[in-house]
Amino acid sequence: MKRGPLIPIIATLGFVFLYAPIISLIVFSFNESKLVTVWGGFSTKWYGELFADPQVLNAGLLSLRVAAVSASIALVLGTLCGVALTRFRRFRGKTLLAGLVSAPLVMPDVITGLSLLLLFVAMESLIGWPAGRSELTIVLAHSTFCMSYVTVVVRSRLADLDLSLEEAAQDLGATPARVFFDITLPIIAPALVSGWLLSFTLSLDDLVIASFVSGPGSSTLPMVIFSKIKLGVSPDVNALASVIIGIVALGVVIATILQLRRPRTARA
Amino acid sequence: MGRDGVGELVGLVRLGADLVSAMDLPAAAAAPERGPWPLLRRWLVRMGITGRWAVILPPALWLTVFLLIPVLVVFKISFSEAVVARPPYLPLLTFGEDGEVQLTLHLSNYMFLGQDTLYIAAYLNSIKIAFISTILALLVGYPIAYFIARSSDRWRNILLMLIILPFWSSFLLRVYAWIGFLKNNGVINNALQAVGLPQVTMLYTDFGVYVGIVYTYLPFMILPLYTTLVKLDDALLEASADLGARPFRTFLSVTLPLSLPGIIAGSMLVFIPAIGEYVIPTLLGSPSTLMIGRVLWDEFFANRDWPLAASVAIAMLVVVVVPLMLMQNAQNAVVERK
Repeated sequence: MKRGPLIPIIATLGFVFLYAPIISLIVFSFNESKLVTVWGGFSTKWYGELFADPQVLNAGLLSLRVAAVSASIALVLGTLCGVALTRFRRFRGKTLLAGLVSAPLVMPDVITGLSLLLLFVAMESLIGWPAGRSELTIVLAHSTFCMSYVTVVVRSRLADLDLSLEEAAQDLGATPARVFFDITLPIIAPALVSGWLLSFTLSLDDLVIASFVSGPGSSTLPMVIFSKIKLGVSPDVNALASVIIGIVALGVVIATILQLRRPRTARA
Repeated sequence: MGRDGVGELVGLVRLGADLVSAMDLPAAAAAPERGPWPLLRRWLVRMGITGRWAVILPPALWLTVFLLIPVLVVFKISFSEAVVARPPYLPLLTFGEDGEVQLTLHLSNYMFLGQDTLYIAAYLNSIKIAFISTILALLVGYPIAYFIARSSDRWRNILLMLIILPFWSSFLLRVYAWIGFLKNNGVINNALQAVGLPQVTMLYTDFGVYVGIVYTYLPFMILPLYTTLVKLDDALLEASADLGARPFRTFLSVTLPLSLPGIIAGSMLVFIPAIGEYVIPTLLGSPSTLMIGRVLWDEFFANRDWPLAASVAIAMLVVVVVPLMLMQNAQNAVVERK
């Protein structure tokens, strides 16, 4: 079929739309001038200021810690949930569990945040735990919504998985646990890695939920960035953004190259 | 896969997992008898934790405590009354001196929601903004998805990666990038002035909100569209052309109907998060851009009216869940007709 130039032109504009703001953000992070969008010569001073700012560094470390712990908790819970929903034929409350686990995916962040905060307040006055809002409450909140995403990933992988391998192992006398750890888990390992990475990213990215459930002294990086942005554009935010985008881009490019190099036959 | 009620929802969200499956890292070579698994397994067995309840209970309990109960707590507090105290609301149950229990339900919060036009306006405006953004995202996303689906295998992977890449960087910073782009002395206006055109106010308007939402959620629109378009059989397009249809006619009567599931899935993935959006209207919208997520936030953080915020949340759940069910039904109908 003959193809007109219209579609490629629109698609190119689409990619420009996706990348132009990010590129301008990076370009202006090297701007000498404090006015972010007026070019005043090349400089790396904003990077210097950024790395000298303890508030940003502490918040960054806190966010990384929260993301790593939440993603790991979410991975375990999400995998269990995914297995329960795909591999167990019928059990009491299955529909409820399926509904509950997909709820955070459609629930607005403000509601998730508000409801968890109200829960933590109620729990503190009832049983004294968790005491106050802190890193712990952020981890609990993030684990909850991240586990939904892990469940989705694990579930779709398990649903596509050829059952014959698991059945063969079962026929050879393996217990269900043994089948899971020796057969299923190694096969779905790539999905687990993506589930963990997705959770990690989502946790790092969350502003709204963390704002509700964090306490004094436990500001995550997005919370610090948000309070800076609300005061207007500032060059050190541009520098921070460039650092983050650089790290992410590097990771994704490496992952993609690894994936493309992987021989086709190795792909399940 | 079994049809387990709300589980259909998962089908929609599975499309979100396309984002991820495109990103699969290579599997570590499977080494069955090494590593922590045999240890963990033996430990679990020794603890007497076997059987499927060991699998079901941890996630089920976690979700009950941190998801189901919180929503019930919100529901309860929405019937309470705000006071200046810690916590800033009155208990529903009070115990009298001689042990009688008194239950006080305040419907005043919900009545206030209905009476004050601010809230109704905010709900309607959220739906309007989410709807228009979804249409815009569809218009921008469709040609891109089509272009990628029709590219050669080699290019396809690279282009898909380019679509997914921004998703992995910070959402907040991507919205921030648009402030520098849209503001009065920002990149676009500087360019306009350089060629002698007048300045256009774009930041702190509804336009800014539309741009922000379309920009942020575009990958969620493109990926489901791509998945349906890539399956499109060339033979159908050729047949249509052979029968004398012009390309546009072929698009309307072959391509578009066949990509309907992708259109619906993508639209939902944009519409749902857009309705409750807080960050984008706050950073790119005008102070008068009423969106319900923002109203809830302000009610909670600025006015410290927890019960009212709770009733806004409950009303929002109803407003979000109902259209969702309707669209879900529409999607199921489309899928079943095939």
